[in-house]
Amino acid sequence: MNFDDTPQEAEFRATARAWIGANAPKQYEDELRKSSLGRTQLKNANILEVAKTWQKKKADAGWACLHWPKEYGGRGSSPIERVIWQQEEGAFGKLSHMFIIGHGMCGPTMMAFAREEHKRTYLPPLASGEKVWCQLFSEPAGGSDVAGLRTRAEKDGDDWVINGQKTWTSGAHYSDYGILLTRTDPDVPKHKGLTMFFLDMTSPGVEVRPIKQASGASDFNEVYFTDVRIPDHQRLGEVGDGWNVSLTTLMNERMSIGAGVSTGFPELFEYCASLMLDDGPAIEDRAVRSKLANWAVKASGLRYTSMRAISALSKGERPGPENSIGKLVAGSMIQDVATYALDLQAAAGFVSDPDDAELAGRFQAMLLRAPGTRVEGGTDEIMRNIIAERVLGLPGDIRVDKDMPFNKIPTKGRG
Amino acid sequence: MNFDFSDDQKQLRDQACKFLTEKCSPKAVRVVLDGKAPYDKELWMGLAEMGFLGVAIPEEFGGAGAGHLELCVIAEEMGRANAPVPFSSTVYLAAEALLIAGSDAQKKKWLPAIASGEAIGTLALFEGKGNPSPKNVKLTAANGVLNGVKKPVADGAIADFAVVAARTGSSGRDGDISLFLVDLKAGGVEVKSLTNLDPTRGQAEIIFKDCKAESLGAAGEGWSILTQVLDRAAVLCAFEQVGGSDRALEMGRDYALDRIAFGRQIGSFQAVKHMLADMYVSATLARSNSYYGAWALSTNASELPEAAAAARISATQAFQHCAKNNIQVHGGMGFTWEFDCHMYYRRANAMALGLGSLAYWEDQLIDRMRKKNAA
Ligand SMILES: Cc1cc2nc3c(=O)[nH]c(=O)nc-3n(C[C@H](O)[C@H](O)[C@H](O)COP(=O)(O)OP(=O)(O)OC[C@H]3O[C@@H](n4cnc5c(N)ncnc54)[C@H](O)[C@@H]3O)c2cc1C
Repeated sequence: MNFDDTPQEAEFRATARAWIGANAPKQYEDELRKSSLGRTQLKNANILEVAKTWQKKKADAGWACLHWPKEYGGRGSSPIERVIWQQEEGAFGKLSHMFIIGHGMCGPTMMAFAREEHKRTYLPPLASGEKVWCQLFSEPAGGSDVAGLRTRAEKDGDDWVINGQKTWTSGAHYSDYGILLTRTDPDVPKHKGLTMFFLDMTSPGVEVRPIKQASGASDFNEVYFTDVRIPDHQRLGEVGDGWNVSLTTLMNERMSIGAGVSTGFPELFEYCASLMLDDGPAIEDRAVRSKLANWAVKASGLRYTSMRAISALSKGERPGPENSIGKLVAGSMIQDVATYALDLQAAAGFVSDPDDAELAGRFQAMLLRAPGTRVEGGTDEIMRNIIAERVLGLPGDIRVDKDMPFNKIPTKGRG
Repeated sequence: MNFDFSDDQKQLRDQACKFLTEKCSPKAVRVVLDGKAPYDKELWMGLAEMGFLGVAIPEEFGGAGAGHLELCVIAEEMGRANAPVPFSSTVYLAAEALLIAGSDAQKKKWLPAIASGEAIGTLALFEGKGNPSPKNVKLTAANGVLNGVKKPVADGAIADFAVVAARTGSSGRDGDISLFLVDLKAGGVEVKSLTNLDPTRGQAEIIFKDCKAESLGAAGEGWSILTQVLDRAAVLCAFEQVGGSDRALEMGRDYALDRIAFGRQIGSFQAVKHMLADMYVSATLARSNSYYGAWALSTNASELPEAAAAARISATQAFQHCAKNNIQVHGGMGFTWEFDCHMYYRRANAMALGLGSLAYWEDQLIDRMRKKNAA
C-alpha cells in the first residue's frame, strides 16, 4: 500500500504542473476556486468560451481526455496519471463541466460501438471541446424506467426517420451532436425494441427548448424530433440492441471515477473555521464538531473508495456497479451540508448575493442544485437497487411489464 | 500510488479466514459468551502457532517481523469471526506500548511471551466514567509504587501484565502522566471480573495497593505515548470493526435470500434491499478510511493521527449500523439468543466504547484537521 508517486508518476506530475502553470487561464482561478456545485459561472466572461479555449489548449498539447487512445484525441494515459492530472488541474478542472456528458458517456459509447471512420472523425473534436455532445435518453414517459421511452425510429431506405420528444437533456442548447435512444419495435417487450444512434443536432426537424430548472438555472432542455433523418451508418450497435448499448453508456457514466465527487465538506469546514456564533467560533462548538466529524469521514471515505477503484483499474480489473456509491452518498450529503450551513446562520442564511455573503451564497447554490444531483444519472433509489441487486446479489424488483409487448403496457402520468 | 493490499497480504488474510472459520465457529464463540470459559484458550494458542500474535513484532523479539499491514488483515478476520480472545488488548495495546516505549529488557521479557501466546497483556487506563484525558487519571505512582483503581480494564481478569497510566505530577498538564509496567501475577493487585455488554471479551476492575511497578518510557512522557498507542489501536480496531460489519452484512444478505414471506424472498422487498444497500455503503466507507489508516500506520506517516480518528469514527459507525440492521433483517429470529446476530450487536457496541467514545474521537479528528489546515 503506497500513496507516494512512483518516479514515473512524479515525473508526469512535474510535467503536468509545469504545463498548467504556464498555460492555465489564471485570471479565473480565484473565481473558479470559490465556485461550488450549482455555482460555476464567471462574472465577466462567458464560461462556455473560457472552457472551450482551455480544453482546446489542453488538446493541442496532449492533455485532453487523458485515458483515451491517442488516435481519438487522448493521451493513452494510465488511470493514475488521470488522477494526478485532476489533482494538478485543481480549480481549472471545473471548466470541464460542460464536457462531462460527452467525455464521460458519449465518447466511450462511440468508442465501443461506432465505425472506425466515425471514431476518427468525431472523437478528436469531442476530446478538444470544439464539439459538444449530449445524451438523449430520458423522456416524459421514461426516466428511471428508461426502457419505457417512446421516441420512434422507422426505417426508410438507408435512413431512419425519428419522431418524438426527449426531456431533461443537459446541454442540448449548446450541443453539436447527441447520442439518441429510440424505439424501433413496439411489438416486443420494452427492452428488446430499442436502438441507439448518434446524430447532428443541427439536423432539420430537431428543436431544442430550454427548461428552467427548480434551481433557477437552465442547463437542461426539451428536444423535439419531427421527421428527423439519421443515416443508418450512424447507428450504434445492432437494431434492437439499444438497451445493451445504453448500459455501456450508463456504466461509463458511473465509473467517471476520480472526478472527485463534490460533497460540500471542504466548504463547510472552511466556513465553520471562520464563522462566529454567539458563544465563539463555530468550530469550537461541541455540536458543530460532531456534525463536521461525521461528514469528514464520509468525504474521506468516498475519496479513498475512489482511490481503491483506481488501484483496481490500474491492475486491469473492470470497474463494477460498486461505483454507484459515490453519487448516492455525495448527493444527499451535499444537500444536508448546505442545509446545515444555512441553519448555522439562522435568519442571515436568507441572504444570497455572493457579494454580501460569499459563503452563504455558495451554500444556497448547493442547496438549490442538490435535488437534481440526487435524480440525474439514476435516482438514489435506483442506485440502491443497483447495489442491492448487482453487488449484493439480491433479487430484482418484480416487473409486471417484463414479458409484455411494449404497446400493451398500461401508462399513466406525464406525457 | 497503489491503494490496496499486496497479493501476499491478501493471501495472509485468506489464511487467517480459513483458520478462524475452522477454529472459531459461532459455537466456539458461544462457549465464552455463555460464561463457560473466560476466553478461548485453544484458539489463542492456535493463533500463536500460526504466528498471528507476533506478526508485527520484530524477529529479534520473537515475532514474525512482517509489519502492521499484515496485522491489519489479520485484525479484519478476527472481527469477522468475533473471536473470543484477548487479541486487541494484548496485541494492539500492550504490545504496541512496549514497541513504542519499552526498554530493551522490557521488550525482551514480554514481546516473545506475547508472540508465543504465553503472556496476555492489557492497558489499564480508564477509571470509571470519562474519556481518555490526563485529568481522568487519578491513580498515583510514587517511587515506583502504584495506588488506585482501574476499571474497566479489557481482559484484566486473564491478563498477565498491564501497562498502567498513573499520575506522577500535579501541574495539571499532560506531563503529569507516566506509564508503568505491572506484572499482575506478582502480587499487589486485586482483580475482579465485571459483568459486561460483550461477554466474549471480558472486563475487570483492578485495585492497585502499594503495587510495585517499573516505568515504561520516560517519566512525564506517559500521555504522549498513550496518544500514539490509542491512535494505532484505533486503526487496528477499525479493521476488526470492518470485518464485523462485513460479516453482519453477509448474514443479513443471506437471510434475505433465504427467508420467504408474502410468497417472496424478503430480499425482493425494496425496503429490505435498500437497508442492505445502505449497510454496504457504510461498510465500504469504513473500509476505505481504514485502508488509509493502515497506510499511515505502516509508514508512520504524519497523517496518522487524523487518519486514525477518521478510521475509528467511520468503522465504529459502520459496525453499529450493520449489526443493528442485521437483526432487523432477521426479524424475530434475530432477537433470539439462539441466532448469532446479537453477538455482533454486542461486539459492535462494546467496541464503540473501548478506546474512548465517538464524541472523543470526533473531537480529536476536528482538532487534528485544524492543525493540518493551519500548518
Ligand atoms: C439535472 C438533471 C440533468 C439531467 N440530464 C439528463 C441528460 O442529459 N440526458 C438524459 O437522458 N436525462 C437527463 N436527466 C434525466 C434523469 O436521468 C431522470 O430524471 C432520472 O433518471 C429519473 O427519472 P424520472 O425523472 O423519470 O423520475 P421517475 O422515474 O418518474 O421517478 C420518480 C420517483 O420514483 C422513484 N422510482 C422510480 N422507479 C423506481 C424503482 N424501480 N424503485 C424505486 N423507486 C423508483 C424515483 O427514485 C423517484 O423518487 C437529467 C435529470 C436532471 C435532474
